[in-house]
Amino acid sequence: MAQIFHHAANNVAKISIVVAILLGGVAFFVYSQVARSSYLTGRYAEKQQPVQFSHKHHTGDDGIDCRYCHTSVETSYSAGIPPTETCMNCHSQIWADSPYLEPVRASYRENKPIEWERVHDLPEYAYFNHSIHVAKGVGCSTCHGQIDTMPAVFQVETLQMEWCLSCHREPEKYIRPKSEIYNMQWDGNDLSADERNQLKADYKIRQKEVLTSCSTCHR
Amino acid sequence: MSRNNYQLSVISHQLSKFGKWKMLCLLLTVGCSLSAGCRYDMQDQPRYKAYEKSEFFSDDKAMRDLPEGTVARGFLREDKAFYTGKKENAGTTTTPVETTTDASGNTLVSSFPDAIEEFPVPVTKELLDRGEERYKIFCIVCHGPVGNGDGMIVRRGFPQPPTYHDDRLRNAPVGHFFDVMTNGWGKMNSYASQIPPADRWAIVAYIRALQISQNPSGMSSLPMTETGNTTNTTATPSASPNANTRGGAK
Repeated sequence: MAQIFHHAANNVAKISIVVAILLGGVAFFVYSQVARSSYLTGRYAEKQQPVQFSHKHHTGDDGIDCRYCHTSVETSYSAGIPPTETCMNCHSQIWADSPYLEPVRASYRENKPIEWERVHDLPEYAYFNHSIHVAKGVGCSTCHGQIDTMPAVFQVETLQMEWCLSCHREPEKYIRPKSEIYNMQWDGNDLSADERNQLKADYKIRQKEVLTSCSTCHR
Repeated sequence: MSRNNYQLSVISHQLSKFGKWKMLCLLLTVGCSLSAGCRYDMQDQPRYKAYEKSEFFSDDKAMRDLPEGTVARGFLREDKAFYTGKKENAGTTTTPVETTTDASGNTLVSSFPDAIEEFPVPVTKELLDRGEERYKIFCIVCHGPVGNGDGMIVRRGFPQPPTYHDDRLRNAPVGHFFDVMTNGWGKMNSYASQIPPADRWAIVAYIRALQISQNPSGMSSLPMTETGNTTNTTATPSASPNANTRGGAK
């Protein structure tokens, strides 16, 4: 009986195993990169807002503290979006005729909130609380980046679970003194490893097992 | 038979060789796994986040305003001096409030018949520290680092507020500063929604400290209360600046 396969088929079979594994690896790599890509996470995408509000101007140039507008960041899960009255504290007097601010004045006149676009949209199965993070030494710029340089705010981190966990596993790498929480220029390299560990102890940050337990964030 | 029909028949012939059912199963599997990746039911659950738009309520706001006249537990605000900075009999006195107008058109009060003279909270180092921090968030933008009225927003064109360092405001009772923060004055809007009452008192204490710092010989010192005595280290002052127990936003 004639051979069904040519004897080169042995090599083809062996090579195809290697190629299949390689292809699988490539496919996995491509998937992992696509899943982390800014296309899917919305990272670096500036959002068009109803008012051309510039964080760069208000915090970077004018030096207004984050908490002037985001008043509830120390006490609540939400940092707080300021009511239009807060804008009018200044803009009743300065730039009061600017056409850029007409949506703000309209909102104030008609008592209708400005419909800002949410930039950092966490999935709703994840629980996040601003107040505990600022109380334990996580500064604004650690997650939000240098807001004081952004004319239009964009997301600088992926907001994916692996990103959350990278800090929950090793908080001492990211925390800073409480006096520097709202400092946008804070450089993490200013502290030695010992000082960071001391901060972690001072703030009574709990151990990794608690911080990475499922129900810490999925509750 | 047209060319297209001929091609179709070739394809269907090939399909039948592969097995139409197998093909259908494959398509279904691929289709299901693709569409499963596009569902956001868990990301966007049917509940409201803070500040979200509501399709249900007529004012489009998911966050509801309190019905008028509602008093939430712990928000009764019986302590008039603490929550308004005014005396018990405020508004009933017949003494008119005297006002003057300065060069830049600001209306200035020069008599304060209703405002309380004494701090309704113990003045401690902690209170002053808290006041300094809050001053540098909310007040420094216009009133400037030492209260001369040369803050960044004034340099940007906001009308200049009066300085803290003249006899009129050095002699003004503490209740006046609290009242201005609570209700606004002149071109300054109310800060009641941004600064809770306990923090407003902390800021008043810090303003007094600023005034003394610029005029150390001419003013009496702050009525400081020592904290941290050894017998009762855990006692919290009745209006601890960190405690929002005495009233949240307004």
